[in-house]
Amino acid sequence: MYNKKTKRIYFDYAATTPVDKTVIDAMLPYFSQKFGNAMSIHFFGKEAEEAVDKARETLADFLHCKSDEIIFTSGATESNNLAIKGVVKSYWANPPAGGWKPHIITTAFEHHCVLETCQSLEKDGLAEVTYIKPDREGIINPLDIKKAIRKNTILVSIMYVNNEIGTLQPIEEIGKILKSYPVKSDDHGASKLKAKILFHTDATQAVNYFDCDVEKLDVDLLSLSGHKIYGPKGAGALYIKKGTPIRRITDGGDQEFSLRAGTQNVPGIVGLGKAIELVAQNAKRETKKIEKLRNYLIKKVLQEIPNSKLNGSLKFRTPANANFTFKDVEGESLLIALDMEGIACSTGSACSTGSLEPSHVLLALGMKAEEAHGSLRITLGKDTAKQEIDIFITKLKNIIKHLRKISGKVLEEYYGLK
Amino acid sequence: MKYSKKVIEHFTRPRNQGRLSSPSGVGIAGNPICGDLMKIYIKVKKDRIEDIKFETLGCASAIATSSMITQLAKGKTLSEAEKITRNDVADALEGLPMIKMHCSNLADEALHKAIENYKSKNKKAQ
Ligand SMILES: Cc1ncc(COP(=O)(O)O)c(C=O)c1O
Ligand code: FES
Repeated sequence: MYNKKTKRIYFDYAATTPVDKTVIDAMLPYFSQKFGNAMSIHFFGKEAEEAVDKARETLADFLHCKSDEIIFTSGATESNNLAIKGVVKSYWANPPAGGWKPHIITTAFEHHCVLETCQSLEKDGLAEVTYIKPDREGIINPLDIKKAIRKNTILVSIMYVNNEIGTLQPIEEIGKILKSYPVKSDDHGASKLKAKILFHTDATQAVNYFDCDVEKLDVDLLSLSGHKIYGPKGAGALYIKKGTPIRRITDGGDQEFSLRAGTQNVPGIVGLGKAIELVAQNAKRETKKIEKLRNYLIKKVLQEIPNSKLNGSLKFRTPANANFTFKDVEGESLLIALDMEGIACSTGSACSTGSLEPSHVLLALGMKAEEAHGSLRITLGKDTAKQEIDIFITKLKNIIKHLRKISGKVLEEYYGLK
Repeated sequence: MKYSKKVIEHFTRPRNQGRLSSPSGVGIAGNPICGDLMKIYIKVKKDRIEDIKFETLGCASAIATSSMITQLAKGKTLSEAEKITRNDVADALEGLPMIKMHCSNLADEALHKAIENYKSKNKKAQ
C-alpha cells in the first residue's frame, strides 16, 4: 500500500524481526548440502544431529539449564500449547483419587496462543482456569497469583514481557512464591500427595533484553521463538525442567526426547541457536541504545502531540516498546496512513483485525474501548536510527491532525448526547 | 486485506468533510465501543440535498465510505438519496474487503438517519 518511492521504516519488531546475516550464513549449509534427517544413523543424519545438538547446548547455556531440558518446536505458539496441554494431559493420565479437575492460573493479557489454549481446555472440561488481571500499569501483582491458588492448582502460566504494551512481569517473585507451595505445615499432610505447582513463562518477548536464567526465575517451563530474536520463523523452543510431569501432544516419531514428534527443522534449529548466541553476545550494548531511542520517541510523541498518552508502565517495560493512545483517532486508519508514508507499526484496534473486540490487553488494563481503538504500538529494534524517529514524529503529527479534523467532535458530542 | 485505490483516495482526500452550521438534518451511526462513529449533516432545499458534510471517527474504510456516500447523495432528491444502499457505496469505491463491509453499512445508516431526522423535524414544523 505504501508509495514505493518513500523510504521504508520498520517499527514492528515485536511482530517479527529480520533474520541476522550471521544467522542466515549459519543456516544455509543445512538446506541442500547438509540436508540429512537428524534421526538417520548414517553420516548425513549424524551431521544434522550434531548441528541440532550444538544448538541445544547453546540454548541450554543461555537458559542456564541442561541440554536435554530443551525441546525444539515450530515456535512459541507450539511451545505454549505443549507446555500447558502437555501438563494437563499428564495430569489426566494419572489423576489422583478424588478426581477433581486441575486448576490453571494465567493472566487476562497473555498472547492469544496461551489464552485460547486455556479456553479450549476449559471448553473440553479438562481444566478450570483463573485469568488474573494486571493493574492499570500493566503489571501482574504476585499477591494476586498467591490468592488465586487453590488445592487443585497444578500450573501457573505468566508471560515474561507483554507483547503489546511491553510491560515486564515479576516472574522471579512469582517463582519464589510457587516454590514454597504446597505449604507443608498447616496442611495436615495432604500436601504430601500433591506435587509442586508448575510455573510456565512465555518469554517470547523477553529473550532479547532480559535475563532468562531459568534457575533464577524459578520456572519449570519457558517458551521462546526464533523470529522475534533475529532468527528464522518456524523455529522455537520449550525448556522443560527435568522431572516435570508432561506428555507430548503430537504423536509420531521419537524426536526431541519423545516429546515432540516430527522431523526436526534442522536449518531452523541451527538458526535459532545462532540467534541465541548473538543475543548472548550483544544484548547489553543494544539494550542501552534501543532504550535511549525509545525514551526519546516517547518524550517527543507526548510533547508534540496533544491528547496523547503512553499505555503501560514506563519503568517496568521492555526497552523496545512504546504504546500510545491518541484521543479522537482510530488505530486502523492511523496504521494505514502511516503505512502510506512507509512506516510500519501495529495497533490494538479491532478494525485492523476484523474482530469487533479491541485489544484484550488494553481492556485488561481497564482502558475504555475507544481508548483501545485509538492505540498505536511502536516497537524498535537493533537497526532503528534516531533519524527514523524524527521522520516518524513529523509524519505522525500531520496524520493525527488530518484524522482529528475528520473525526471532529463526534466522540464528545456522542457522550454529550447520552 | 487490501484496500482499492479508490478507498485510499477517499481516505487521504475525503470529500465533503466537516460540519454544517445549521443543518436541516443530522444522522449518527456507530458506537465508540466498536471503534467507529459517523455523523452526517444535510442541508435540504426543495426536497433536494443541497449540501452534505460528514465527520467520522473510524477506520480508513469508514472514512472512505462516509466520503463516498456524501458524494453520491449530494444534489439528489430525498427519495433518490433514500435509495442509496451500502452496496452502491461499496461499488463506487471499487469494492471493500469482506471484513470491512459493515463500515459501508454505517455510512448508509447515518445518511438515512439524517434524512429521517429532517423529515421528523419538518413534520413538527408543519
Ligand atoms: C508473547 C508472545 N507469545 C507467543 C507468540 C507466538 O510466537 P510464534 O509466532 O513463534 O508462534 C508471540 C508472537 O506473536 C508473542 O509475542
Ligand atoms: S470502522 Fe471498524 S472496521 Fe471500519
